[in-house]
Amino acid sequence: MNKPLDGLLVLEFCQFLAGPSAGLKLADMGARVIKIERPVKGEACRQLAIKNLFVEEDSLLFHTINRNKESYAADLKNAEDLERVKKLIAAADVMTHNFRPGVMEKIGLDFESVKAINPKIIYGVVTGYGSEGPWAAKPGQDLLVQSVSGLTTLSGTAEEGPIPFGLSVADIMCGNHLTQGILAALIKRVKTNKAVLVEVSLLESVLDIQFEVLTTYLNDGGQLPKRSNVKGSGHSYLSAPYGVYATADGYLALAMGDLSDISSAIECDISAVFTDADSSFKNRDEILDCLALSLKDKTTSEWLAILEPRGIWCADVLTYQAATAHPAFEEIGMKQVLSAGSHRIETTRSPVQLDGDKLYSSKAAPKVGASNEIINQEFKL
Amino acid sequence: MLPLEGYLVVDFSQFLSGPSASLRLADLGARVIKVERPGNGDICRTLYTSNLVMNGVSSVFHAINRNKESFAADLKDPDDAAMIRQLLVKADIVMHNFRPGVMERLGFDYASVKALNPTVIYGEISGYGLDGPFKDKPGQDLLLQSLTGLTWLTGNADSGPVPMGLSIIDMLAGAHLAQGLLACLYRKAVKGEGGLAQVSMLESAYDFQFETITTFFNDGGVNPERSQKSNANAYLGAPYGIYKTADGYLALAMGSIPFLAKLLECEGLAAFKDGKEAFDKRDEIKDVLGSHLQSRSTQAWLSVLEPADIWCADVLDWNRLFEHDGFKVLKMVQSVQMADGYSYDTLRCSIRIDGERIFASKGSPKLGEDNDAIIKEFTLNEQAYEFGK
Repeated sequence: MNKPLDGLLVLEFCQFLAGPSAGLKLADMGARVIKIERPVKGEACRQLAIKNLFVEEDSLLFHTINRNKESYAADLKNAEDLERVKKLIAAADVMTHNFRPGVMEKIGLDFESVKAINPKIIYGVVTGYGSEGPWAAKPGQDLLVQSVSGLTTLSGTAEEGPIPFGLSVADIMCGNHLTQGILAALIKRVKTNKAVLVEVSLLESVLDIQFEVLTTYLNDGGQLPKRSNVKGSGHSYLSAPYGVYATADGYLALAMGDLSDISSAIECDISAVFTDADSSFKNRDEILDCLALSLKDKTTSEWLAILEPRGIWCADVLTYQAATAHPAFEEIGMKQVLSAGSHRIETTRSPVQLDGDKLYSSKAAPKVGASNEIINQEFKL
Repeated sequence: MLPLEGYLVVDFSQFLSGPSASLRLADLGARVIKVERPGNGDICRTLYTSNLVMNGVSSVFHAINRNKESFAADLKDPDDAAMIRQLLVKADIVMHNFRPGVMERLGFDYASVKALNPTVIYGEISGYGLDGPFKDKPGQDLLLQSLTGLTWLTGNADSGPVPMGLSIIDMLAGAHLAQGLLACLYRKAVKGEGGLAQVSMLESAYDFQFETITTFFNDGGVNPERSQKSNANAYLGAPYGIYKTADGYLALAMGSIPFLAKLLECEGLAAFKDGKEAFDKRDEIKDVLGSHLQSRSTQAWLSVLEPADIWCADVLDWNRLFEHDGFKVLKMVQSVQMADGYSYDTLRCSIRIDGERIFASKGSPKLGEDNDAIIKEFTLNEQAYEFGK
């Protein structure tokens, strides 16, 4: 198939998650992505395991983020290696890195220097907190960025204290933003024929995902979010019934909806706490508690059979086992298999479908320097 | 010059997922015309959070729809539909997030729009894809979080399912759609070809969890188990988490347990090793660490940990964040103004291009605010209702 980024060459100096997740998105849409890694050890994520899972010498995590890429091993402190990398840069369309401020300047691969080698380069930079100010030198690590950004005050209940999102959400959103910036820059380059610098940071990205609620905060006299004290409440700014409720055999999610409809459907008397239109905000916790009492009497599927035909927005609450065993998971064809030597790795595909096609790629992550010979030949390095 | 200057986006989408994508395209320089039904417009105009009404519409609508124009049109009305078809001829990108089948019935599906405009880039977001058992379910964020296992990652082991307290799947689907549209726009700029980009919130929710789902797939299909206390990632060992201190909280990312034991002068911690043990015994470790950290202030701990290069941070709410120089230096807040003079504060675009932050001073549009100007500029003619049929 004709993928939109066919023919583009991306050099990825990035490590860990944010930058490499952008490289993965670009690769899946057709770009050729070459990771530039230090010899032998390679990028640090190769040794960063979750649940201590490895596939041969590299972590499963590394495999997840770096499939569909090539690897070129080069020691940027070695003059000959650096010369080869510079030749490669001259042929590239995009390069990305997430070194701390100053590192690329020392090596001589900062934006200004690279422009001299390739005046049409798209140069993407990921930082933790931007390149200036008191946090510029702080480690750009997901949990720490979540913690300073206020994000931990939005989930869970008030009495639990700060609750971080249980995924590397700052990294992942930042990778998404880097992808957008690089693609927009490529479009600009078609018109100008000139290099473009794209910069993103984990902190700006994790603030960006709070843009709705921060806009409320900015225009509401600086009131901090008020999380509910009821377990399962879904959003500190949304009124009842928004949340997940225990049922006789599991849980039920109820999104926004008409409280009169919902309470009559589940035969729950909320008249004492739902007195006027404002009650759904004002008496949120009381209403959540009241609904919860009724909802524990029947099973989730019984409730779904009552609520769905009435057009009430609700869903079962599934675990990974239940979600991936559901026919809906099979239907979207989200799973793909990589073959890494003798190992078979099951993972997910790109979330974007282009020209009606799902984007699959069975190419597993490369070993360090796996493509050095081919690349040396091809680019006459 | 902004990267997408000169491109026209016609956006039929509502709520957050699609409109967050067109906001990004607008900030990157595209002109975005939001097509809304007359009378009520985008339902998001009345989707209130914390009951805050700003100049007649919800705060979230203002956040999502700044920097756009509004064209009110009833797509079921032949005159209005004819004008829209004429507008679509000029569009580079057309996008929507209706449920499957709606645009086909209205005659604005990809095939119909492509017949009018062969190099158009067409984007759509569905809740759960175009087929399958969920296809008619409402594509609503909390339901997507609930159906994809996401609620079992946040909070502690005994918390039950804990939703992430933001419409995170909407935003991911919007971000993914923007990527698909931009990739196609690049191809169009180079080769003159149109294209189709499709995203579903279901696929976006799984992509968000690609690390944990991949672990689940390759680890014998064991559901994630959150730690008893201070959980921040079900798949990471101690000390990864947030801990109470004498006067607030402290976030601790990766760090060697024996080293922390010395540094924090915590004897109980010295019994534990790194690696497998930091994962297997994380509840015990977090318990010991959690009690110990309550003995001193956050600042006291930071002054011990930071010089030793331990990855840690204070835990801030927005009031403290906004007062911090680390936040101020970002210049993340901008003031925007609506055509009637009403102004409000919101955030700017999170991407910098050529060293410049991207500010855009235009606030959200009133419903149908730009009808007259757009009709004139594109000489849209309602009498030509046969146009394109």
